[in-house]
Amino acid sequence: METFWFIAIATVLAIFFILDGYDFGAGIIHLFFAETEKDKEVITKSAGLFWDSNEVWLVAAGGMLFMAFPTFYASVFSGFYLPLIIVLWLIIFRAIGLELRGQFKFQMWKDIWDKSFGVSSLLLALFFGIALGNIVRGVNLGGVENGVSTYEGHYFFLPLWDSSFSPLSKTPGIIDWFTIIIGLIAVVTLAIHGANWIILKTNSSINSKLKIIIFRLNIALAVLTVFSLTVWNTVNPNSFDNFGHKPYLLLFPIIYLTGLIGLFFIKKLKKDIHGFVLSTLLILGGITSSLASLFPVILPSVNTTHEPLTIYNTSASEYGLSVALNWALIGFVLLGVYFIVQKRLMAGKIDNMDYGH
Amino acid sequence: MEDMIFYDRLQFAFTITFHYIFPQLTMGLSLMIVYFKWKYLRNKIEKYNDAAKFFMKIFAINFTMGVVTGIPMEFQFGTNWAKFSELTGGIIGQTLAMEGMFSFFLESSFLALFIFGEKLMGQKLHLLTGFLVFLGSWASGWFILATNAWMQHPVGYEILDNGKYVLENFSALFTNPWLLPAFLHNQLASVVTSSFVVASIGAFYVLRNKQTEYGQLFLKTGVIFGLISSILVAFPTGDWNAKNVAKFQPASFAAMEGIFETENAGAEIVLVGQPNMIEKKLDNKIAVPNILSFLTYQEWDRQIPGMDQFKKEELPDNIPALYYSYHIMVGLGTIFMALMALSAFLLWRKKLYQARPLLWAIMFLVPFPYIANLTGWYTAELGRQPYLVYGLLRTAEGVSPTVSSGNTLFTLLGFVALYMLLGLLFLVLVGKTINEGPKPQIH
Repeated sequence: METFWFIAIATVLAIFFILDGYDFGAGIIHLFFAETEKDKEVITKSAGLFWDSNEVWLVAAGGMLFMAFPTFYASVFSGFYLPLIIVLWLIIFRAIGLELRGQFKFQMWKDIWDKSFGVSSLLLALFFGIALGNIVRGVNLGGVENGVSTYEGHYFFLPLWDSSFSPLSKTPGIIDWFTIIIGLIAVVTLAIHGANWIILKTNSSINSKLKIIIFRLNIALAVLTVFSLTVWNTVNPNSFDNFGHKPYLLLFPIIYLTGLIGLFFIKKLKKDIHGFVLSTLLILGGITSSLASLFPVILPSVNTTHEPLTIYNTSASEYGLSVALNWALIGFVLLGVYFIVQKRLMAGKIDNMDYGH
Repeated sequence: MEDMIFYDRLQFAFTITFHYIFPQLTMGLSLMIVYFKWKYLRNKIEKYNDAAKFFMKIFAINFTMGVVTGIPMEFQFGTNWAKFSELTGGIIGQTLAMEGMFSFFLESSFLALFIFGEKLMGQKLHLLTGFLVFLGSWASGWFILATNAWMQHPVGYEILDNGKYVLENFSALFTNPWLLPAFLHNQLASVVTSSFVVASIGAFYVLRNKQTEYGQLFLKTGVIFGLISSILVAFPTGDWNAKNVAKFQPASFAAMEGIFETENAGAEIVLVGQPNMIEKKLDNKIAVPNILSFLTYQEWDRQIPGMDQFKKEELPDNIPALYYSYHIMVGLGTIFMALMALSAFLLWRKKLYQARPLLWAIMFLVPFPYIANLTGWYTAELGRQPYLVYGLLRTAEGVSPTVSSGNTLFTLLGFVALYMLLGLLFLVLVGKTINEGPKPQIH
């Protein structure tokens, strides 16, 4: 039952990053590459029409995590206190950027909210990557210093950084050189994803230029990926063991690699949707591979005093998990149906749509 | 430790107060939008359809604000109240997750369809999407109230040796005797807010003599909805809630009614007075004897325990704030009933649209239903103190063990600054939408 909920929540989170990921990515592309007013407007719209229904998946994931793994939810949310609250602020800035831009016609107003949308999208992508890096690296559970625990073994509190900026420190912070690399991977991945989304959904004048940009970003992504893999095992020893024991888990890294390799052929792809599918594979493969390497651990411990958090020692009661299964299945069906309806109604290029106003 | 709990509580109170400005309007307004749309389908008069679409615009602005201020609420359970989340997550996680999955999703998806899809779907489907938005927003209220009801009056749980609360009976969460009266009271209060907003915009249009046709429609609808809801919010639902408090939280009941000493024969109802916590009495008291006993138990001389009957650790920790919240809510509710009754009378006599002083009053009274709604919630939440889960888990035991007060103060200041900005932008946007009106005139 724990495994079912773990997979369910991981799926919902992956869907969130795939869907809202293109909004973040569109924000990053908008920040660095959009030039004409018309492009800016249509790129903002390609995110603005969807961000709130995409954010539903984040709320659903948060609620399910709270219900199924309350100890993990409590530990991680309080342990990553500052970055989480900052993420909340960034989410607000992104949303108001998207919603307010078109409300008044003068240029300064538009510029302010464009920057609000772009910068917060960039930082959100960075922070989400850093968060994943922290989960992979592990934290100082129990706040152990010189062999003495400061808190109960399943609680921790991380500063934003440790003076060494090293993931190998006994008391690593949220930002170190390893988590920064994962953060950059997230930024580049989502930028590629956003660029694909813009190509798919708009007739912006930079569409052909974006393909070159995707190609270049993909080179950077390949370099970052290779580098992160060479240090991965140093940061979290034995993290490749799971793939040895259960070879079917290799499917996840293969999904990632398919996306990565495929995107080198971006200029040759016949349909715009193919590029988007490839970057979707990147996100899906990246998240699932990282989680699969840890399973059943969900938060490693960097000290030997305390056990890591697993899906078994943080879950709610068996009865709670099984009763929730009933309503969650209904919920998943509804989410799925709505998702299809929305995609059909909002199909096609944004520029060609008539919103009735 | 003390200041840590203080900042955690202040941050939650501040962020939830600001958040609840928005859902309280959208819940009531969605009902009125469905009414306008349904009327249009029956009488085919264009202005009803315009009204539905106009208020959906107002709804959408409020909804966005509700979403962006609502996500921090979900996160704060974990960030600031980790111990509480760890211990009770197996129970309240159920209702909160259902809220996220069912209601938020219904609302956000069908709101977009309502706004963009009228031509695409045709009128009947358009009404249906409006109805689903209404359903989503009321379901949201239902799940949040179910969560709160469990904290006010815990049911269907078992406590393990390690202090964790585990769910024993899922359906008990929804048959909780606290839930239904609290839900109905809350939803009707939200209809009061939306009625005032609709009527107030109507009064504005009539007073400024522009788009008066819409103004009259809004006034009429707002006044009728307002009269019905402001009566129902007091009787039977408000009354029913007060009886629940008297039954399940007698210490809070004594504190909110301002009864310091138990009287032998029948408790008086306090209308005015200031709690004096040093001498343990009310200053400048105006009270009517025996009424409270009658209202609560329908017995004139039934004894009601005062605060002297409870240990200090059992009483709410901020008695004056609780007392004032409750009395402000009740006082404002009474004024609303009177104002709406007068307006409805003039409407019936066909004199409302010419009664300019009354229209000015309706227009400027619009903040007060918000205040009444919020003080109602303060009554519930301050009354629950000093517990998070009434009678079982104390507030001080629920905070995050690892987050220091400096960090909480930092984020609290950040929220204050950010929400001031949001509030300003919200006013600008709503003001612009109202100024343009249902059919913006193109120059």
